[in-house]
Amino acid sequence: MTLTKADLIRKVHATHLNLAREEARNAVEAFLDILKSSLEDGNDILLSGFGKFNVRDKAARRGRNPQTGEELVLEPRRVVTFKPSGKLRERLNEK
Amino acid sequence: MNKSELIEALAREINVPLREADSITNTILESLTETLVANDGIEIRGFGSFVVKEYSSYQGRNPKSGKKIEVPPKKLPFFKVGKELRERVNSNKK
Repeated sequence: MTLTKADLIRKVHATHLNLAREEARNAVEAFLDILKSSLEDGNDILLSGFGKFNVRDKAARRGRNPQTGEELVLEPRRVVTFKPSGKLRERLNEK
Repeated sequence: MNKSELIEALAREINVPLREADSITNTILESLTETLVANDGIEIRGFGSFVVKEYSSYQGRNPKSGKKIEVPPKKLPFFKVGKELRERVNSNKK
């Protein structure tokens, strides 16, 4: 089953009984907004034990439309990448 | 930004004590981790999605010594940035 934002809100609500459902929703939304704003400002996020979100600048490059084979120039762009922490990789692979 | 800066920002934003923001952050990160450990995907609209890819064993090389080695089967999480975040990050560059 795919985990969604609604699941995160349920989890936060269930583990923090002092937070009303609406407050749990606000907490999860705020959590995600903080991450998004940081990345938007070009700042990486290091969440120890989980992983690192990086903001990387990609140079312009020549590409091709895979459908038509037509050549085109891809504009320089800024992208987000994720590198899992060693601990997360370990937990995924422990038997 | 690191985890403690995130926790401080969260505490300010939703007006709860640091201890509470810390616990909320850990609940969220632990939920994400447990989902991936169970081989399930994550889909957070506007932020991005995670999937776990499974690799079977293959023959690789130690890049330093050039020696052939058997790489054991492994699982790795992959993140794909969501549309909203991708556009926000990219538009800020211009």
